[in-house]
Amino acid sequence: MNYAYWLSNIPGVGIRSRNRILATVGLAEELYHMPERQLRLIPGIEEKQIGAILKSKKKDYETSFYRLAEQGIFFVSREEENFPEKLRQIPDAPYSLYVKGKLPPPGRKTVAIVGARHCSAYGQAVTEKIGKRLAECGAVVVSGMAQGIDGESHWGAIKGGGETYAVLGCGVDVCYPGFHAKLYDTILQKGGILSEYPPQTRPLAGLFPARNRIISGLSDVVVVVEAKVKSGSLITADYALEQGKDVYAVPGRLYDSLSEGCNSLIRQGAGIISNVEEFLKELELCGLEGDEQENFKKLLLAKDESMVYSCLSLRPKGIEELLEETGFPMPQLSAILTELIQKEYITEPVKNYFIKKIS
Amino acid sequence: MYSSVITAIVHGICSIPVLVEADVSDGMPMFEMVGFLASEVKESKERVRTALKNSGFRLPPKHITVNFTPANIRKSGSGFDLPVAMAVLVALGELEEQKLKDMLIIGEVGLNGKTQPVAGILPMVSEAKERGITRCMVPKENVREAMLVSGMEVYGADSIKMAVEILRSDEYQPSSGIYNIEETAHTEEILDFADVHGQKLGRRACEVAVSGMHNLLLIGPPGAGKTMLASRISTILPKLTEQEQMELSKIYSVSGMFSKREKLMGARPFRAPHHTITVQGLAGGGIVPKPGEISLAHKGVLFLDELPEFQRNSLEILRQPMEEKKISLVRLNGSYEYPADFMLVAAMNPCKCGYYPDMQKCSCTKSSIERYLGKISKPLLDRIDICSEASALSYRELSRKKEEETSEVIRRRVEAAQEIQRERYRGEEFCYNSQIPAGRIQEFCGLDRRQERNMEQIYQRLGLTARSYHKILKVARTIADMDESNRILDRHLNEAVCYRSMDKKYWEKAGK
Repeated sequence: MNYAYWLSNIPGVGIRSRNRILATVGLAEELYHMPERQLRLIPGIEEKQIGAILKSKKKDYETSFYRLAEQGIFFVSREEENFPEKLRQIPDAPYSLYVKGKLPPPGRKTVAIVGARHCSAYGQAVTEKIGKRLAECGAVVVSGMAQGIDGESHWGAIKGGGETYAVLGCGVDVCYPGFHAKLYDTILQKGGILSEYPPQTRPLAGLFPARNRIISGLSDVVVVVEAKVKSGSLITADYALEQGKDVYAVPGRLYDSLSEGCNSLIRQGAGIISNVEEFLKELELCGLEGDEQENFKKLLLAKDESMVYSCLSLRPKGIEELLEETGFPMPQLSAILTELIQKEYITEPVKNYFIKKIS
Repeated sequence: MYSSVITAIVHGICSIPVLVEADVSDGMPMFEMVGFLASEVKESKERVRTALKNSGFRLPPKHITVNFTPANIRKSGSGFDLPVAMAVLVALGELEEQKLKDMLIIGEVGLNGKTQPVAGILPMVSEAKERGITRCMVPKENVREAMLVSGMEVYGADSIKMAVEILRSDEYQPSSGIYNIEETAHTEEILDFADVHGQKLGRRACEVAVSGMHNLLLIGPPGAGKTMLASRISTILPKLTEQEQMELSKIYSVSGMFSKREKLMGARPFRAPHHTITVQGLAGGGIVPKPGEISLAHKGVLFLDELPEFQRNSLEILRQPMEEKKISLVRLNGSYEYPADFMLVAAMNPCKCGYYPDMQKCSCTKSSIERYLGKISKPLLDRIDICSEASALSYRELSRKKEEETSEVIRRRVEAAQEIQRERYRGEEFCYNSQIPAGRIQEFCGLDRRQERNMEQIYQRLGLTARSYHKILKVARTIADMDESNRILDRHLNEAVCYRSMDKKYWEKAGK
């Protein structure tokens, strides 16, 4: 019998009351074997909860526990040794975790990358780059598998050949958002999916802020890429500060609503990522030296191509604008753009919108 | 005494001749009309009787019978009053029967004896001409319409009195030959591509679309000028031939909209129904179906603004007419066929709020964008080859004094490109690149080895489907024709890729 699993799944005993009980009792097993009159002595316990505890003892927890294993999900509680040490240290640490795949390895540098769901193409490109470089340097990337920055950071880490872990605000067997099904599977190949909530928990809005404390709790460093002023990413950053982790932010432009959150973090003293390699070095990971950096490829392009290339930046630019700026007719421009894409100088994040590619 | 008068009813955009017979005989005084009449024709009895009285003709207390032949066709429409009145007057001996021989009479009359205009004059008169009738009498307001039929002597009557005078004396000259299509063909076109500033991509996409008669979808934020572009597409379509003008005029005549069309006889129609339109409004409807928007857009442009807002079932009915270039409506009284050979131009926002991919302004979630795009019927999208983005103008473009190309210049290029296609598809049952059947794409849009390799790369990078690949080839063929190139070259392919059509994953990043 896994007592911690029992304690995590008593209907009527929520996270807060569980923590209150555990403050007195200490171990789930002790609680299980307590007679009713001793239960009554626990400070702050309510009559309802005593009833719920007694009633739940008659229920069968074994079957559902073994069924978890069949689904490839394992359960780990704070009482066990392999519970992530970094997470155990934080205030309000989760009592238990459900894990699909692996738990983050304890000794490795772990970096959380978070940011806006509705991010810009620039944000996506930068996130992918950071995630990829971190993975290449052996760091582990943790994020929330949400749309936008979160998803890109996972993809970046995967492209860099590293491990990446996603902390969900729903059950680990629920792929939310649904269109990340492929990402979900790919993460599982090397890393893992974690959640505080039991399998099949539906993604409710109220559950997500709390999972952010786990994202930051699992990590040594939290990186915020693009965030609006009121956003989940800033909640994560707040948790990180509370838990004593380092916070880094990618600076943005003034008046850009997606940068306001990051810029305000920097103003409050967060680390600034003005150069990805330097950031890696600050984390004591292998950053490349200046000469080795190839932020933008040297221009070995035909005249027309370099003219189009120089019109582009990391902000997506539509064909219409390019036609206007370069003055090329449509057939010629489209040929140049195709050529540049094939040479991997630029990418097309959205149909007929182009950005420079960060190599 | 017996008499008969020739008139006609409208059936679809054709017409069926009807003979109105009248007989006055002794017996119970009554006025009777028979011959499978719709209620508006039955009411004609009262109108004619009163109108005759008010025009100074006294109906004797005799048994008057009026019959409409053939009796197996339901008679509907409002043009029977004048022929009935004339038939009765002949039967009463007020007019000579000889005068009415070989004369088509159509017209509605009021109680005061004045005539009212009637819808569908053109098809009725032109059908009569084909049957060898050379004279016709129509309400004064319809004279110009009737005169479109060459070789027809047209008499316009503004009242029963005048009609009688025309038939009694020989002094009236028919109005014929004064008015013909050429006269109005060169009226000034108000819309012109020269008014569109910037929008290079949009202008180009319109030109490509028209050159190969591809259907077009314009996507862009509110106020980007999608409607402005679309409304000018009809000005760069090749000039209407005389036969096409006649066909169009018939459709408008049947719909009672001839007077609106008259001033722009040579122009291609541009129809932009609101998105609340019903199936019947689009396809044509009614007990005796009137042409719908798709027929009114015949040989022109049907523009559907805010495509996702249209009811799905109204859009579904577009599918068959788009293939067959006509629509058949079956009703109790028979089946009616209207031509519907239009170019479909649709416009929509990229997402619900309209600003994607500008993440500064757009607040849509990925799933809401997908839902928005998912509203559009997939089979309809399959019939749209070209999809282009229209973006909001910068002030620089807006304020630039540069002269833009006029529709005239663009149209000449379009005509040249279409001529090449007509030449190539001589003897085939299709005449534009957009109509190449899937099985014969290889034959007309062949690529060389290297191009195929390039396309394979693009195919994978963009996650294309077989269908979207075919569309790209067809569009590339059109661009090559515009370039007067026999083979499809790289630059044609590359450009065609930019116009690739949208699907559900439209905005999604390729290659993940």
